[in-house]
Amino acid sequence: MKIYTFYPGCSLEVSNRPYLLSVNEIFNALGAQLKELPDWNCCGATLYMGMDEINAVYMSTRNMAIAEKDNYDILNACSACFLTLKKAKDYLLNDSELMQKVNSLLKEEDLKFTGRLKIRHVLEVIYNDFKDKIPALVKRKLNGLKVACYYGCQVVRPKTDFDDPEFPNKMDELVNMLGAASVFFTYKAKCCGGMLMTTSEDVCLKMVKDILSSAQNAGAEVIVTVCPLCQMNLEAYQDTVNKKYKTKFKIPILYFTQLMGYALGIDKDKLGINQNFINADKVLIK
Amino acid sequence: MNLELSRKILEESKKIPAGEKINECIQCGTCSASCPVATAMENTPRKIIAMLRADRIDEVLQSNTVWFCASCYSCTVRCPAGIKFTDFMYQLKRIGVKYRIRPKNKNGLKLAQCFCDTVRKYGRDFEPELLIRYNLRTNIFNFFKIIPLGLKLFLTKRMPVFPPKVKGIKNIRKSLEKIK
Repeated sequence: MKIYTFYPGCSLEVSNRPYLLSVNEIFNALGAQLKELPDWNCCGATLYMGMDEINAVYMSTRNMAIAEKDNYDILNACSACFLTLKKAKDYLLNDSELMQKVNSLLKEEDLKFTGRLKIRHVLEVIYNDFKDKIPALVKRKLNGLKVACYYGCQVVRPKTDFDDPEFPNKMDELVNMLGAASVFFTYKAKCCGGMLMTTSEDVCLKMVKDILSSAQNAGAEVIVTVCPLCQMNLEAYQDTVNKKYKTKFKIPILYFTQLMGYALGIDKDKLGINQNFINADKVLIK
Repeated sequence: MNLELSRKILEESKKIPAGEKINECIQCGTCSASCPVATAMENTPRKIIAMLRADRIDEVLQSNTVWFCASCYSCTVRCPAGIKFTDFMYQLKRIGVKYRIRPKNKNGLKLAQCFCDTVRKYGRDFEPELLIRYNLRTNIFNFFKIIPLGLKLFLTKRMPVFPPKVKGIKNIRKSLEKIK
């Protein structure tokens, strides 16, 4: 059985709980075990990096060092955690002085970072480790449901060996395997604005509107995503976009793992689909 | 003009992976054209490097620019000179913090400060407290605007009531203090 050290990250614990539920459910269905990283802390996200470099690197490294007590790949669901951890690892492996400094701090907790574990993302793991298993596991027909796969930015950028940073396609492939039909839309890897929704809403609403328009024009009935921040911005602010731009968007925004779980025959409640703001029943049950 | 600051930035940028490449910018503007928030920035990415070369980087830091970067890495991916511009943006943010050169619009900076305070306190982010802190420091009336969203989150069981607990928090705080 495949085992992973799972690093859920802060946002999955609470406001993006449906993502956590669905990730746990599908890995269970795929026959893999997720061991939650013990006593994990915030990765520092993009914000800490803008304040203090060493602090930010320390925050991420503590998590990787705890994971090194085991031998499993570190599995991230949040795109920001994924990139932040990879970045910290990159910094440390390139700077032995910084590595020494961070390790001397980690020593207090009997931890040591060497950088021997892989930092992976849910989407990449499903594709690379379980793709062949999926067709046999599909239980519910999605009947060609038109899906826009929205990647956002940090899961494919700045660089992954996994997918193209400009026009990624791996989530589309998976969605098609599930019996849905992915639509081609040009904004699939454009940024949703992330934290800008809090600091400069006007700028961010425009970005969200453009993504929603692009998906709708491509004929999408539902948008799926693999990043908690993308999901929040696209879903929770659709009403605000509608008010500001006099549009009529009402597109359900599911986590990719929710759609996949649904196709695998898992109960909707267990996947947290009923905890999303925009009801997806209409498109799922056709 | 601030020659000393430009020199420090160039020196410090050498420490970040591939940071020295900043000198190889050919001013093609691919970064600015790729940036989804360039229209909101007073100085676009290409111009930032031009300003650095003209010893006017302090003007960049005072303008509404660096804290608008959403870290989407489009510029980094497309730069023909291989400059990791997103990392450079992070560096400019840190330089502004370090030398207390504040932009006119301080929202991004304040959110980052509140975020770090919250994370230092609990070891993890605690969203309700982060938003309360942030709105108290920016515009308290905005707090009323986010109440409907908070309510929706609460009703869908996506709003935490108790702050997160990390056992190693004392060590985390101690380490962060030592780094200072």
